[in-house]
Amino acid sequence: MAAVAQKSRFGGAFWTVLAWVVALIFFFPIFWMVFTSFKTDADAVKPEHLLFFKPTLDNYLNMTENYDYWRFAINSVITASFATLFALIVGVPCAYAMAFNPSRHTKDVLVWMLSTKMLPAAAVLYPMTFLTKNFLDVFDTHFLVILVLCLINLPIVIWMLFTYFKEIPKEIIEAGKMDGVSTWGEIKDILIPLAWGGMASTALLTFIFCWNEAYWTVRLTTTEAATLSKLIEGNRAPEGLFFGRLSAVSTAAVGPIVILGWFCQKQLVRGLTFGAVK
Amino acid sequence: MASLTLRDVRKSYGDTQVIHGVDLDIDDGEFVVFVGPSGCGKSTLLRMIAGLEEISGGTVAIGDTVVNEVAASKRGVSMVFQTYALYPHMTVYKNMAFGLKQIKTPKKEIKERVTAAAEILQITDYLDRTPRNLSGGQRQRVAIGRAIVRDPEVFLFDEPLSNLDAALRVQTRKEIARLHQRLETTMIYVTHDQVEAMTLADKIVVLRDGIIEQVGSPMDLYERPDNSFVAQFIGSPKMNFFAAGDLTPNAGSILGKDIASNIEVGLRPEHLYVADAANAVVDGSMELVENLGEYALVHLRTASGVEFIAKTEKPPAAPNGSVVSFGIDASLSHLFDKNTGARLT
Repeated sequence: MAAVAQKSRFGGAFWTVLAWVVALIFFFPIFWMVFTSFKTDADAVKPEHLLFFKPTLDNYLNMTENYDYWRFAINSVITASFATLFALIVGVPCAYAMAFNPSRHTKDVLVWMLSTKMLPAAAVLYPMTFLTKNFLDVFDTHFLVILVLCLINLPIVIWMLFTYFKEIPKEIIEAGKMDGVSTWGEIKDILIPLAWGGMASTALLTFIFCWNEAYWTVRLTTTEAATLSKLIEGNRAPEGLFFGRLSAVSTAAVGPIVILGWFCQKQLVRGLTFGAVK
Repeated sequence: MASLTLRDVRKSYGDTQVIHGVDLDIDDGEFVVFVGPSGCGKSTLLRMIAGLEEISGGTVAIGDTVVNEVAASKRGVSMVFQTYALYPHMTVYKNMAFGLKQIKTPKKEIKERVTAAAEILQITDYLDRTPRNLSGGQRQRVAIGRAIVRDPEVFLFDEPLSNLDAALRVQTRKEIARLHQRLETTMIYVTHDQVEAMTLADKIVVLRDGIIEQVGSPMDLYERPDNSFVAQFIGSPKMNFFAAGDLTPNAGSILGKDIASNIEVGLRPEHLYVADAANAVVDGSMELVENLGEYALVHLRTASGVEFIAKTEKPPAAPNGSVVSFGIDASLSHLFDKNTGARLT
């Protein structure tokens, strides 16, 4: 008995240490990025200042003053919010229909939706650029960014919502039908309150995806509708690498979304369906 | 309150037909129980009456109105689901008021009706709780309450007791019976439990594979089952079946019937009594005795290998393995066609 207990205690310690090591390895680049953001560009490349340097906020101040950080940030907020909103507006009725009134082809439709994610984005780069720039004249507009963000995330939104809706017992929806609730009432008074947790986590995840999206936002914008991804991309470039500045921009770009995720995580793991059925 | 008329009601999913033309008349105020083994279509039939399943063929009329194309909520029916299907995010009060709110009932009237229903079901104290804070039995009452407040013409119950434990089931069964006496509303009740069917029903509808096997009062079904399926479904323990060769040589003369080879004889366990050789209809060697105090279930096997059960007041004194003879009152025997299962005479 004692031997077993000791062994398992040793095993526990081993795994704890291993977990920490792995976590630190993964976290280190991010830590280093934040760390570097407080160095000047010159210090950032000097080996003697690798660990010891005079911290400065210049990179951040510089960023808001010279690079118009807030404009990019506001664009990110606007495009991610509206794209999430529209994805939900389309996704909720769609997932509702498939979850509660499935047809023989519902499964095929779901798989088809997911298959749209299989097309490499690069493959349609030229048609997209050509269409939006020369033909539709929507290049570098909020409208385009919102539309693209919405569309590329829609399959995942629908899949997630579908899964959450599926967990709601069908009888509750049927009880609503017996009670004479309209389709809209069904969604508003029964579905949304019950799937609130799932919808919130879907919304949060979509918002994060939109915020982090770089491929399209970088390529379909120049200044007007450019998001934070574009700002990072822009700082990477012509005059060579300015690590201090780049780190500050990157930190400021991912910071808000990390904080948002951190604060929301607790609310998201709330299931409301408990107690509905035995 | 209303009567119900089903005419040649059919249901298909794609090419598979599951209800094969059901004709049924339900009188105003009657308590009707649909009973049958699982997969017999009883729930489907109920859901078609409710308006939750499309009717593929035939007509369902409530009162004089054919309701095939009428929305569930406009049919004047209320349903109690097996899983209760309460709205988990609403209080008991709101659960019960929800349907009335949909038809724009004035708030004051909603309150009166919910309060009245809550009193009938003794759930007044729980009106502010959410379903998750209720026990299974209380949830069941709320589900019934939600059905009552809408003041329906027909109540539909879909296996409402199967999620309750045994003691609560008996009590709730009693309460449903009392509710029917009090409201005098037409009720249709689906169950696979023949005890619920026998105790609650004015009229039992026995279904098998989407076809009505027999319709009648509980005692009709018990005393004169139309076929061997109904005979073995109604009554507990099940009716014993014997071929001519399984019975004693003079069984035919005792029962007063000519037992040909295409005939099956049905004898209920509770009608068998220990008899002397002269009156014996069937002999069997005793394999097991279950003594329940008020009666005993004796499990036996005939020389030809057929198992049967006799329900006796006291367990036979003889040890296991000994042969015991049983007689029966000729009027209590049932004869069926071996091939079709149909009742003879």
